[in-house]
Amino acid sequence: MSQITSYTVTQLISQKKQGLTSLDITLAYLERIKASGNNAYITVTEEQALRQAKEADARTDAGDLSGIPCAIKDNICTKGIRTTCASRMLESFVPPYSATVAEKLNAAGCVTLGKLNMDEFAMGSSTETSYFGPTLNPRNTLFVPGGSSGGSAAAVAACEAPFALGSDTGGSIRQPAAFCGVVGMKPTYGRVSRNGLVAFASSLDQIGPITRCVQDNALILDSICGLDPMDSTSLDSPADCSSDIGKDIKGLRVALPPEFLSHGVSDEVRSAILNAAHTLEALGAVVTQEPMPSLQYALPAYYVISSAEASSNLARFDGVKYGYRTKNFESIDDIYKNSRSEGFGSEVKRRIMLGSFVLSAGYRDAYYKKALSVRTAVINDFKRVFSKCDCILSPVAPTAAWKLGQHMSDPMAMYMADVFTVPVNIAGLPALSLPCGIGAGSLPIGAQLIGDRLSERLLYRCGYALEQALNITFDKEDKSR
Amino acid sequence: MNGYEMVIGLETHIELKTKSKIFCSCSTAFGAAPNTQVCPVCTGMPGTLPVLNAQAVDYAVTAGLATNCTIASFSKLDRKNYFYPDLPKAYQISQYDLPLCSNGYLTIETPEGEKRIGITRIHIEEDAGKLIHGKEGTYIDFNRCGVPLIEVVSEPDLRSAAEVKAYLQKLRAIMLYIGVSDCRMNEGSLRCDVNLSVRKKGEQAFGTRCEMKNLNSFVFITKAIEYEFRRQCELLEHGGRVEQETRRFDQATGKTYSMRSKEEADDYRYFPDPDLPPIEITPQRLERLRSAIPQLPDKRKQDYIRLFGLPSSCAELLVSDKYVADYFEQAAPLCRDKVELANLITGEIFRLMGENNASVIPVSPAHLAKAADMASEGEINRGTAKKLIAALWEENCDPAEYVRRHNLRQINDPDTLTELCRKAVEQNPQALRDYLGGKQAALQALLGKAMGLASGQANPALLRQKMDELLKEQAEGK
Repeated sequence: MSQITSYTVTQLISQKKQGLTSLDITLAYLERIKASGNNAYITVTEEQALRQAKEADARTDAGDLSGIPCAIKDNICTKGIRTTCASRMLESFVPPYSATVAEKLNAAGCVTLGKLNMDEFAMGSSTETSYFGPTLNPRNTLFVPGGSSGGSAAAVAACEAPFALGSDTGGSIRQPAAFCGVVGMKPTYGRVSRNGLVAFASSLDQIGPITRCVQDNALILDSICGLDPMDSTSLDSPADCSSDIGKDIKGLRVALPPEFLSHGVSDEVRSAILNAAHTLEALGAVVTQEPMPSLQYALPAYYVISSAEASSNLARFDGVKYGYRTKNFESIDDIYKNSRSEGFGSEVKRRIMLGSFVLSAGYRDAYYKKALSVRTAVINDFKRVFSKCDCILSPVAPTAAWKLGQHMSDPMAMYMADVFTVPVNIAGLPALSLPCGIGAGSLPIGAQLIGDRLSERLLYRCGYALEQALNITFDKEDKSR
Repeated sequence: MNGYEMVIGLETHIELKTKSKIFCSCSTAFGAAPNTQVCPVCTGMPGTLPVLNAQAVDYAVTAGLATNCTIASFSKLDRKNYFYPDLPKAYQISQYDLPLCSNGYLTIETPEGEKRIGITRIHIEEDAGKLIHGKEGTYIDFNRCGVPLIEVVSEPDLRSAAEVKAYLQKLRAIMLYIGVSDCRMNEGSLRCDVNLSVRKKGEQAFGTRCEMKNLNSFVFITKAIEYEFRRQCELLEHGGRVEQETRRFDQATGKTYSMRSKEEADDYRYFPDPDLPPIEITPQRLERLRSAIPQLPDKRKQDYIRLFGLPSSCAELLVSDKYVADYFEQAAPLCRDKVELANLITGEIFRLMGENNASVIPVSPAHLAKAADMASEGEINRGTAKKLIAALWEENCDPAEYVRRHNLRQINDPDTLTELCRKAVEQNPQALRDYLGGKQAALQALLGKAMGLASGQANPALLRQKMDELLKEQAEGK
């Protein structure tokens, strides 16, 4: 493997100052992508990447990220580049506009390598529901990379991109980051504009970076966050994520709710998290047990709320304006029914049906409204903890990655993988996922640091300290080969 | 049908005249080529988000204040989910359980006097696109998609087609006064759904209602109401039952036809739109909007009755168009007889506006005021006044000058009038014989001739008096 593709973003920035060109970096990555069998990319934009790299090299007033390659999850719209959401429905959809985050990276001079694989419309936890086939876990190709941003995590882990953007509705950045042994951030709801992110569940969706180290992650979040007039739910937040990196964490109060260590947590995950807790204590943090009784209700509430919103968000894919249209129709109702039946995969259809049901007359109060009151209870539970503590430590998922195909016939088992990540989305909080151990089969184990609203700076400071102390390194090449 | 009364509630959709659409910056101008005023947001492209136009909210709140509504300090936007090709997101952003305005009213003039019509709620929502059915298929024009609307829901307080018309005219007048909409029915910027049920007179309970959708002219609304009232009465008279349903009015046949029953009605699966924060109206914003509301038609009407002694029905006509009321108020101080002025406006001027399809009056208020005084003081007679106003409409000249130039002054001189009568009698001996033989109608013929000889300029009352005197002399054989 070329030395170039093993550099972190931070290293690339300093290498560039010493003469490494964007074209060199981009060519190295394109070569690496071509040689890979991970199926991390749905679309590789070679021509555009080379053009952008040359433009970046020609620029004299360029910023730090100018000429740094990146890759983008395929549910984030990119003008002129097809954006499929890994669905037959949007197989040939080319957006007429770019997402705000894509515009920001473009303005910073980043080179776009391509669009990354994912679960169809971000619905799934393994990237196996993609119309374009599953992505393989680069640490062990018999295993799933997690999902739904499986392509993003796999590409970064396999050195097919120095950083990637993912989206997280119930854990879709953090869980694949954990499964692939990379760093993922789900920012505070509103910190990053959702404009141009094809909506799954609008009140939960958030775009965030996936990187190889904590420092890179903070750098990228700072470059994509901020108030956006195109997104009324976006927040005016300072780009200050990097500013406390490297500071000590003496006296930092870390909560470890016992509920996060039950719920089918595997032994190797539990011991890795306890080890992380001890490491934080050794660094001067104060770790306390804080019960969070509402957590057990968060998962069912999440599936009600996210499916309800999805059923409405995905209604626009009706075969009329863009995307897949059935060939088999005689009436407008045929176009709706057949286009949607043929264009969507089974997991997407399952959630649309579930969501339509929980919003329908006679059931809305029992399900949707009930879920909203659970949401309030979860928010209040987090508020209570954050009145005493600075952040929460938990596993990202109860287990490490599972084998390809293992859960495909059991949706409930798949949904359970999100049990520790969904409460964060329900409450709109930021959470950082970073490697904290290596389990059986060379499979990474991830730790999650959850903070109060807009506390990303603190999470990065704590995450960086933990990362440096644990110093976990993965072999760059797959063990199963 | 005797013994039954109709009970009507209206849902009126009014397009707000914001420059840009409710959730994006596309133009709302009417009549552009199809799909030239569209963007990724209003065509529902994946990943796009709505951003609420604050002006649309201000307009809706103003409409609520002008109709005596309570304004919610906190309301929200909800998604109404249904599939239709003119609805690109497959949901309409509307307001469900927390509308912006509620619990208001407006007053209408009825033969029994003033009547208060309750307004249940006013909420904001986005308009849909338009389907165009062509020879080779159906096309969609998304230009209208995302134009801001308010839906004004009335209480079931209306009891006749005339009351419905009066309500819509008053609602339209208020919206025009506050300047939130053009209210052009022919362009669809004011559309109306009619909910109608019938019951035996004196009964308290409501009957089962039917809804007639998207009626866009007063003529069709009246026809639809009359047809539907008859249909429901006949059903009940023959022992039948009215089914709750949505009915379509066919302009060609003048009849209503069943579109879908209650059972077939969509379940809209309303829920709060997570893309839009709740709407909060601060006391400061409310006060700013309240203080910007101009004097409304009802207040002006009362003023006209109190200050100028206008009859209520005449005042109602004047204030129904803000432009006309403003015009009246410009002319009134320049004129001694305000009633005469009001009569000229609601008579000749309204006729000319209708004939010319004009929304502005080309006659200067000062000139019309002068013409009114000339008429009321006998300088010109009523027939000349009509001619004069028609002339002023064509060329904006000084009325006194015009009358002088064309020698149109009323003939008030008794000797001249007597002479005119004598000539008329001399030239029409048969009419005289008829009159003397007892035919009263012959008097009118003789008066007509005399007026003709005066080129229409004789003082009608004096002329009549002189004719009476002359004929009396004739009868007495002098």
